[in-house]
Amino acid sequence: MPSVSMTVNGRAVTGDVEGRTLLVQFLRENLSLTGTHVGCDTSQCGACVVHVNGESVKSCTMLAVQADGAEVTTIEGLAKDGELHPMQEAFRENHGLQCGFCTPGMVMSAVDLLQKNPNPDEGEIREWLEGNICRCTGYHNIVKAIQTAAASMKG
Amino acid sequence: MYDFNHHRPASVEDAAKALTGASDGKILAGGQTLIPTLKQRLASPSDIIDLGGIAALKGIKEEGGNIVIGAMTTHATVAGDATVKAKIPALAALADGIGDAQVRNRGTIGGSIANNDPAADYPAGLVGLGATVHTNKRDIPADDFFLGMFETALEEDEIVTVVTFPVPEKAAYAKFANPASRYAIVGVMVSSGPAGVRVAVTGAGPRALPPRRPRGGAGR
Amino acid sequence: MSDTGIGASVKRKEDFRFLTGQGRYTDDINRPGQLYAYFVRSPHAHAKIKGINKAEAEKSPGVRAVFIGADMEADNVGSLPCGWVVTDRHGDPHKAPPHFPLARDKVRYVGDHVAVVIAETYAQAKEAGETVEVDYEELPAAATLGTALSSSAPLVHDEAPGNLCYDWVLGDEAEADAAFAKAAHITKVDLVNNRLIPNAMEPRAAIGEYDGGTDSYTLYSTSQNPHLLKLILCAFVLGLSENKLRVIAPDVGGGFGSKIFCYAEETVCTWAAKKVRAPVKWTGDRSEAFTSDAHGRDHITHAQLAMDENGKFLGMKVETTANMGAYLSSFATSIPTYLYATLLAGQYTTPVIYVNVKSAFTNTAPVDAYRGAGRPEATYVVERLVEVAAREMNIDPAEIRRRNFIKPEQFPYQTPVALQYDIGDYDASMTKALEMIDYDGFPARKAASEAKGKLRGIGFSAYIEACGIAPSAVVGSLGAGVGLWESAQVRFNATGTVSVFTGTHSHGQGHETTFSQLVADTLGLPIENVEVVHGDTGSIPMGMGTYGSRSLAVGGSAISKACDKIIEKSKKIAAHLMEASVDDVEFDKGTFRVKGTDKEKSIAEIAFTAYVPHNYPEDLEPGLDETAFYDPLNFTYPSGVHIAEVEIDPATGMTEIVDWVAVDDFGNVINPMVVEGQVHGGIAQGVGQAMLERAVYDDGGQLLTGSYMDYCMPRADNLPSFRVGMTQTACTHNPLGVKGCGEAGAIAAPAATINAITNALGILSMDMPATPEKVWRLANQHAQAAE
Repeated sequence: MPSVSMTVNGRAVTGDVEGRTLLVQFLRENLSLTGTHVGCDTSQCGACVVHVNGESVKSCTMLAVQADGAEVTTIEGLAKDGELHPMQEAFRENHGLQCGFCTPGMVMSAVDLLQKNPNPDEGEIREWLEGNICRCTGYHNIVKAIQTAAASMKG
Repeated sequence: MYDFNHHRPASVEDAAKALTGASDGKILAGGQTLIPTLKQRLASPSDIIDLGGIAALKGIKEEGGNIVIGAMTTHATVAGDATVKAKIPALAALADGIGDAQVRNRGTIGGSIANNDPAADYPAGLVGLGATVHTNKRDIPADDFFLGMFETALEEDEIVTVVTFPVPEKAAYAKFANPASRYAIVGVMVSSGPAGVRVAVTGAGPRALPPRRPRGGAGR
Repeated sequence: MSDTGIGASVKRKEDFRFLTGQGRYTDDINRPGQLYAYFVRSPHAHAKIKGINKAEAEKSPGVRAVFIGADMEADNVGSLPCGWVVTDRHGDPHKAPPHFPLARDKVRYVGDHVAVVIAETYAQAKEAGETVEVDYEELPAAATLGTALSSSAPLVHDEAPGNLCYDWVLGDEAEADAAFAKAAHITKVDLVNNRLIPNAMEPRAAIGEYDGGTDSYTLYSTSQNPHLLKLILCAFVLGLSENKLRVIAPDVGGGFGSKIFCYAEETVCTWAAKKVRAPVKWTGDRSEAFTSDAHGRDHITHAQLAMDENGKFLGMKVETTANMGAYLSSFATSIPTYLYATLLAGQYTTPVIYVNVKSAFTNTAPVDAYRGAGRPEATYVVERLVEVAAREMNIDPAEIRRRNFIKPEQFPYQTPVALQYDIGDYDASMTKALEMIDYDGFPARKAASEAKGKLRGIGFSAYIEACGIAPSAVVGSLGAGVGLWESAQVRFNATGTVSVFTGTHSHGQGHETTFSQLVADTLGLPIENVEVVHGDTGSIPMGMGTYGSRSLAVGGSAISKACDKIIEKSKKIAAHLMEASVDDVEFDKGTFRVKGTDKEKSIAEIAFTAYVPHNYPEDLEPGLDETAFYDPLNFTYPSGVHIAEVEIDPATGMTEIVDWVAVDDFGNVINPMVVEGQVHGGIAQGVGQAMLERAVYDDGGQLLTGSYMDYCMPRADNLPSFRVGMTQTACTHNPLGVKGCGEAGAIAAPAATINAITNALGILSMDMPATPEKVWRLANQHAQAAE
């Protein structure tokens, strides 16, 4: 049984996994980090998005062994010292979530967008979110939240 | 997903050895097609040979007037690379339109072309730009690489290492995506360069192909 | 208005946990010693089960048990019931064939449950499941609604000849014929209301647990109505005492109707927990959600509208065939009857309406309520008819609606299809919507689009819905097996904070915030001192759950009543403490005062006194904890006008929604931010139906759209930002004057979208979804015709 070591939310972790263990299973089952969700089985919904070495990936489409040695950030690791990340704050401020199930992946994806494009326009935001499906919000307030976060992170 | 033996070789040679040694080995590049396939139990390889530990397969450089892209280079890297954007913006645009942002952060050019999904973008890109696929054994012109649906010229123990693209004078890629899957229903790469005008179409047949009579006449 | 009171856009209390990954959904819960269930499902749409060999599966690593239908039969487990009896045109009840949690002799749709494998890990259960050998004798399938009622169709159930569940009518056909005989013009449409798959982002999940020491069960489930689930499981299916089952629906990741129903999986997990003496957990994957969540819509309709020469509606006739799927889901029968036909008056004075609905069994997944449930289908019929009529009569689409609107002075208004609307001002919504969209500027915008080679269209949808489901006596008289009141308990803690227990369930609607606002405002407390508790039958009075946009109108009214009781009792305590007559005590913003004096006591002091009753009225019970049940007097009738504006590229068939105006009358509003969010989400689902989504079975009953690769979910880049406006007429019969907002968008949007696209294309009709291919074909046909 392979053993993997990685840094998750700044903490060094090690665990025995099977070759087939997905990163999302390792996070949810081995580390009890249940903020990362599974909403589909075709790598499309994005409820499972986390950051691996600073970039957003679908943790349901990555083996735990592929993350060996990596730096992983999940939704649980985004707030620092009890302070919400500006993206989390913007989602709250703009009612960018309803049932909350897609939200962790949505937020992690949005954070990656602003890393790559700090000033996205509405069209760029909507295009970037192709890999994140939300059934509740109609995306309207998610787009607004990302615009708000972009503005506050510049400021 | 069925379980398998996982290998993470440090070199292409070791990867080839692991592939030869396995009863039913499968190469894992970015995994954006393979992992969903395994999850659906549509494949059950005995061994997975993960190329993620081979640094030599990653990266983009300009060499002898060509753009050379390592097989394990992600779509996001190609899409954002300054050299690609300057020399073959159509290729950067193609890479920027594959899957979604997270797929582009993991999926690789080598994985995409070795899989040869009939609706994938890169095959049309390679054929339409007259690229060459380099493996651990030989060099294969793109025109001879894509044989049929999910079928390539790659032999059992052959691994894609880099892809070289000649720099065209101009080129463009456009696709019409399936509204649900966002794969190409049809995608067309057109280029004009030293080898003449090239056109390649993905999605409309079992493999990326030049249309029978490309307008402008030059063909491939 | 305070910044946290009624009418304020208070930021949601629930968001912190969701945004930090601390939500607690069913699959996040793990119980000590739990086992995992995997369901073996039918690959066939219709087959006899000749035998099941589970020997190899039982020997597989980690497997504790494999159960099949016969095992449940041996334990006298019953059929999953349908809770609404529809009486057909001959006075007979609908056909109700049994629906066993694990199939007994036959499977009737792809995904039907055949066996359950319970093992130490999910992977072990799934691997063993592949070794369960089922000997099927395949049978021809009745998979298509259009032919299910034909005499040559294969029979889904022996109990339902001709696959007919019921043939039901509403209204007087002879009167309708008489109205049509006087008509100057008759508009006819043929409509398909496409079948949808709800796709809440959290797949269904369940953990069944059995406590041998007390002989009692706990079920964690992704349910919109845990009490109802408990009632059905105990009284109808498992034969348990109702005091021996506790159902917990923790955070639930969206429902949209699909999590109302009592499903096979949660039933099996509960039952099996006792058999294997361990908690049994099942988490559905998306593929299972596609095949076995109850689907929505799926109607075929022929409708006619009779008008005089001025476009005044004289009568309407509607014939609908509705799909029930292979078995009747919990409320399936009521959706295409009482939640559909009764809404066909729309916002109009149409004096005579005759409706005939035939519901059919097919070899497809069960069909039941999905966001809007009957009302989107009704609105689509009415608003497509009206739009086509306007085009045929050459009357402006806004004008033809205005000519036929029920006028404000006509309320209460009795429609010819059973409902009595209490209040509304439809013209006000229309006027505001026309202003917001700049209707007068449309011709110029259309010309500008044309100059770019694009086709521009505008489409209206003036909808009404019956929400706040529902008055118990009314629904009971119509066949419902339950009462649809709601409960609330408002409990002061001794130190002045409040816990509110509601029988409704929040799975995205933000009840923890809205109900806190309501209670804080009513009792004059800081909002952070109010906690809303829902979803646990172990701690909450019996309640009916959340659907039909009922939570605020019915559940909120119950909370309001409970608060009234709190204030009433508190006045007695305050009067005692302040040595005044109860009649002289006034309550305002959290403080009791004696009229004409400066004596006052805060409600927190009263609460403390109620629990530490050292100085207390002799004839009063201690404690400050009140429960109220509220049974609504009528449905509520939210209404509004949505206007969509689209631009089509005739070269590709791509349709872009370039503007969307929604003007809704939800009555009084507690939290506008939450309400607007509900509108946005509803529109997205309605646009999804109109342009993207369609569940397709092939003729053999295989689901062709069984994943996100083939079933097109609305993505961010399919939708615009929406412009939401409000008008207000307060509901006349509930204490809050509220109507409900959860379904409006999904009800209004399909007709607005198709009306806009057909307007752009210059055609009368097209079927949903308006895919690029269909639009491209029509656009080019149109271009040719114009040449």
